[in-house]
Amino acid sequence: MRNTIRFIRKGRMVELGAVEPTAMLLDYLREVEGAKGTKEGCREGDCGACTVAIGKLRDGRLAYEPVNSCIHFVGQVDGCEVVTVEDLASEDGTLHPVQAAMVEHHGSQCGFCTPGFVMSLFTLYQGTKGALTRDQVNDWIAGNLCRCTGYRPIVDAAIAACGKTRRDRFAVNAGDTAGLLSFLADTDDVFVGDEDRFIAAPGSIDSLAALYERHPDATIVSGATDVGLWVTKQMRDLPKIILTGRARGFDHIADTGYELMIGAGATYAEVEPYFRALDPDLGELLRRLGSKQVRAVGTVGGNIANGSPIGDTPPALIALDATLELRKGKQERSIPIESFFIDYGKQSRERGELVTGILIPKLSANQIFRCFKVSKRFDQDISSVMGAFRFTVGEDGAISEARIAYGGMAPIPKRAKRAEQALTGAQLRDSRAWARAFAALREDFTPIDDHRASARYRTETAHALLGKALIEAAGTASTRTRLVGRREVA
Amino acid sequence: MDLADIINGQKPLTVVRQPTAHDSAEKHMTGAAVYVDDIREPVGTLHAAPGYAPIAAGRVTRLDLEAVKKAPGVVDVLTAEDIPGVNDISPKHLGDDPAITPDKVMFYGQVLFVVLAETRDQARRAVKLARISTAPAMPVIDVDDAIVADTKIHADYGFTRGDPAEEISRAPKEITGEFRMGGQEHFYLEGQAALAIPGEDGDMMIYSSTQHPSEVQHVTAHVLGLASNQVTVEVRRMGGGFGGKESQATQWAVLAALGARKTGRPCKLRLDRDDDMIMTGKRHDFRVDYRVGVGKDGVLRAVDVTFSARCGYSEDLSLGVVDRTAFHADGAYFYPTCRIVTRRMRTNTVSNTAFRGFGGPQGKLFAERMMDHIAYAIGRDPLDVRKANIYAGAGRDRTPYNMRVEDNILPEIINDLERTSDYWARRREIADFNASSPVLKKGIALTPVKFGISFTLIHLNQAGALVHVYRDGSISLNHGGTEMGQGLFVKVAQVVAEEFGVGLDKVKITATSTAKVPNTAPTAASAGTDLNAQAALAACRAIKERLFDFIQEKYGVGRDRIQFREGKVLIGNEAMEFGQLANEAHLARVSLSSTGFYKTPKIHWDRAKASGRPFYYFAYGAACSEVTVDTMTGEMKVDRVDILHDVGKSINPAIDIGQIEGGFIQGMGWLTTEQLVWDSAGRLQTHAPSTYKIPAASDVPKDFRVALYESGGNREDAIYRSKAVGEPPLMLAISVFSAITDAIASLKPAVMPRLDAPATPEAIMRAIRATTGGDL
Repeated sequence: MRNTIRFIRKGRMVELGAVEPTAMLLDYLREVEGAKGTKEGCREGDCGACTVAIGKLRDGRLAYEPVNSCIHFVGQVDGCEVVTVEDLASEDGTLHPVQAAMVEHHGSQCGFCTPGFVMSLFTLYQGTKGALTRDQVNDWIAGNLCRCTGYRPIVDAAIAACGKTRRDRFAVNAGDTAGLLSFLADTDDVFVGDEDRFIAAPGSIDSLAALYERHPDATIVSGATDVGLWVTKQMRDLPKIILTGRARGFDHIADTGYELMIGAGATYAEVEPYFRALDPDLGELLRRLGSKQVRAVGTVGGNIANGSPIGDTPPALIALDATLELRKGKQERSIPIESFFIDYGKQSRERGELVTGILIPKLSANQIFRCFKVSKRFDQDISSVMGAFRFTVGEDGAISEARIAYGGMAPIPKRAKRAEQALTGAQLRDSRAWARAFAALREDFTPIDDHRASARYRTETAHALLGKALIEAAGTASTRTRLVGRREVA
Repeated sequence: MDLADIINGQKPLTVVRQPTAHDSAEKHMTGAAVYVDDIREPVGTLHAAPGYAPIAAGRVTRLDLEAVKKAPGVVDVLTAEDIPGVNDISPKHLGDDPAITPDKVMFYGQVLFVVLAETRDQARRAVKLARISTAPAMPVIDVDDAIVADTKIHADYGFTRGDPAEEISRAPKEITGEFRMGGQEHFYLEGQAALAIPGEDGDMMIYSSTQHPSEVQHVTAHVLGLASNQVTVEVRRMGGGFGGKESQATQWAVLAALGARKTGRPCKLRLDRDDDMIMTGKRHDFRVDYRVGVGKDGVLRAVDVTFSARCGYSEDLSLGVVDRTAFHADGAYFYPTCRIVTRRMRTNTVSNTAFRGFGGPQGKLFAERMMDHIAYAIGRDPLDVRKANIYAGAGRDRTPYNMRVEDNILPEIINDLERTSDYWARRREIADFNASSPVLKKGIALTPVKFGISFTLIHLNQAGALVHVYRDGSISLNHGGTEMGQGLFVKVAQVVAEEFGVGLDKVKITATSTAKVPNTAPTAASAGTDLNAQAALAACRAIKERLFDFIQEKYGVGRDRIQFREGKVLIGNEAMEFGQLANEAHLARVSLSSTGFYKTPKIHWDRAKASGRPFYYFAYGAACSEVTVDTMTGEMKVDRVDILHDVGKSINPAIDIGQIEGGFIQGMGWLTTEQLVWDSAGRLQTHAPSTYKIPAASDVPKDFRVALYESGGNREDAIYRSKAVGEPPLMLAISVFSAITDAIASLKPAVMPRLDAPATPEAIMRAIRATTGGDL
């Protein structure tokens, strides 16, 4: 048991013995360190002005990831290096290559978003090899909003500075930093505070499950990309925080050949290549989920466990017939993922019970998968409607099974069972069956009006997405049906 | 430096016209640039957080703050009773805008009390503990409600020429339409913030993120019961303004000062993002109703248009904003007869305010929509209709407010862009694409911009500067303009460096301060450089005059043989370091400090009579946009944009291109993804970046070609013959909206798609259904 939070700043270890459970990294930097370079733009992880780089060991190598420090608990940086915008330039004032490129390309105007962009580009600089396309850079900075420049010069700066051989002092010092990080990489359970008010980071799944069973009123936090807002926006007092990030094996991912096993603690970023390999649409779904900063820390497990009606992975996982694994203390159980979602804010999860993993059957040769997300903005937005479809087609060309699930259409992510039924047994290209399915879809859901979309638009769009899935399944190239996320290489 | 000198090659320009980086660029990159919240707080600084009305209209019957006062860290709570002076923050002292409302509630989000606590977190938590009892009244939320209720903040205003009703009835073709356009949240990345530090004699020092320090000063004095000379306001830079900190930065500075005044401790107020979006005004949203008469060729005979603007609960800047809508209702087109009416509707929503373009974009959007409507109705290409109606020579060069358009270069700009964007070939390719693509449809549009430069409130067209030369030859520059990212400071510094023939590194840019230059205009109306660079130039010249006299006296060399260049002063055949000259002049008791002043010439405007010349000149540009629409979902992607924009002869082309690109993308956001939604109770539902979507990097057109128009320079004697560039490019984005309309119009010939702004997927889907006969 360790009763401190330890991390690396500017080449030295910082050890904090007293940490408020919900203290945010941004406030630590600005108020405790007095480092005012990192900015607060929104305090909800959407604008990226507070982006810092987190250095950690991945497979023994030092890697830097961007995170939104405004909704990143100080406890989450345990065992990591924290790099901020003040740290990049050399002591003699020479700018870091990404900073110099940003100046040269006129990448700042008001300058307030700039530290966040610089840090995102810093992680891009550290993390990529080879020439970058504009699309790649756009993805990387989707979580950084700029209101002045129109982004063009920032993307130019990124292309000019990143993807090259790394020559900055972070690359030079990578060995030392990795050494420090391995020194910090103990396997202890971390517990800071007392029984009534604490932030804890168990070192194993067993101690995580045990601690949660003992404190079922605690809040389980993986990426904090949602829980963070309970603190910063709802001003909720969360006296007991249990972080999953140190639990060994909780982020384990395995491909058994016929299914994917995703540990609940695996981040979106870690899962992304597996999802993309399973189906390109699933990769695209993750690409558009949150932002680089969100995907660096957010988890599929968290996306499921918090039961959002508009979480983007659950409809896809329901269509894929995934299984959810849960654990309370030593008690483990598995359920079909769709049965986890009972009603708005209500899930099939007992007090003190953890979501521990997801099993996703891979697609067989006779299965066609599609998923589509519709939102006001393509990147880093929440779905108005999200639809996921898996059609199993027999040798006779008939649909032997249809699994259709939507987000944004009901208080929970939900299957369209009537539409599924209308298609089951029908020929894939039978337009009358399609019409029956469209009609049935209207019976399946009664969506609501809100600021994202009206009920009518949701109903129409659910219909349109099913139509798109069928058109594509029947053989039309997605270059003719989609604006983004096309499956074919142009 | 006179233009003639430049042309004669007397002294080549070395600093002006260079694509110099923003003066703070390196500091932006390293995090060293200081914004209000980054200033090291004096020990004992209190943090303020406002509590606001939970209803849109009615009264607060009881405000129970007991729990708030007892909350950890809370030092005091401010209410309306704590205001020693006049409880009004309205820019014109109209008395309709309380700093803290005593009990009457006019919008959801109106400040009821302000918590002062030791930390910001404590203040924010304590706010939640207030118990507020209310007697709600039926709120007036949107323009339609206000039209029914007939609530206005001001009398209608507009321009009439001839008898448009008669002309419409006689015209071969009559076209009528109606559409709505949404407002826009500024989403400056740095939210509203102010730090007030009390001084002796009741004086107050305020660091404010404001575009209008003088107004913060005057209003703070008014509210605190002080004289203006007791309040100093300083702003080094803002993290974006866009008009949102012109009048609406004031309240937060005033409240911080009130807290400082009451407690005697420094006090900081920085709004949380959600509070900022709920509690501060936005671009005005409009309903537009129009009726026009055209010839068979699509040439206008008459335009009758009524603009109804949602102004919110108070006047704020709505008079001028909506006037500018009327001034720009002509777009770039000649209206032989017209009736332009603007209505300023009062609603129980946050008071709408300045936003880049200041009402102009709304007027222009109408004009371009009307052009599209004419084109689809008569079956001509929209570009041909635009060209047929654009301002031209004598007889077709009078605006509806009777000012002659003397500097029109739009025909040339449109011609150039038509060619470089390959408009006609792409028009044919798009037709082919659409014929073979059932789901995805493309559209293209080329639209012009003409934007009047000058504040239409004439007295604002003045500026002051203060320039010091020190004995070592270093220069300190100060003026009334504020830096919000637009590059004003570096442009003015370039002008000053050029004038003294020194490098930019010799010119120290200093924070805008009401103690240095008084009674300034807001940095707005795109006029920052036009006004402040001229004032700074005047200050430099006053100092140079004294130096010329000194050199004449000491060295006997006349000014025709003196040059300031490359850090030196060439006196006849001798060269001297500029610093040496400064020192010699000082020892000879020559003043090396001067103020400078400028007022825009030629302009005059009588609002009541609607006559005069409100604008010194016009800025022009044009954009051609191509989009693809998904007709199943309404999703849309901008594929290519070509822009040709006139900045006269640029002082700094890099800065100007930044304004053009940034303005375009911001305008595109206004017209596409940025949707403000209020519920029926008047609560803003989109009050954070999670729900309000400004453009992200991937929304930028993949193919984005921006060029400066090769101009002979501003025909008016603006600073170095440049042109204002802050606002005009925003309206280039109307080409995107027209291109979306064009894509939808491809679904059914001769039907004008009824598309409202912003063109969200849902709005596009609704327009598609309306066009093809279904409904959504």
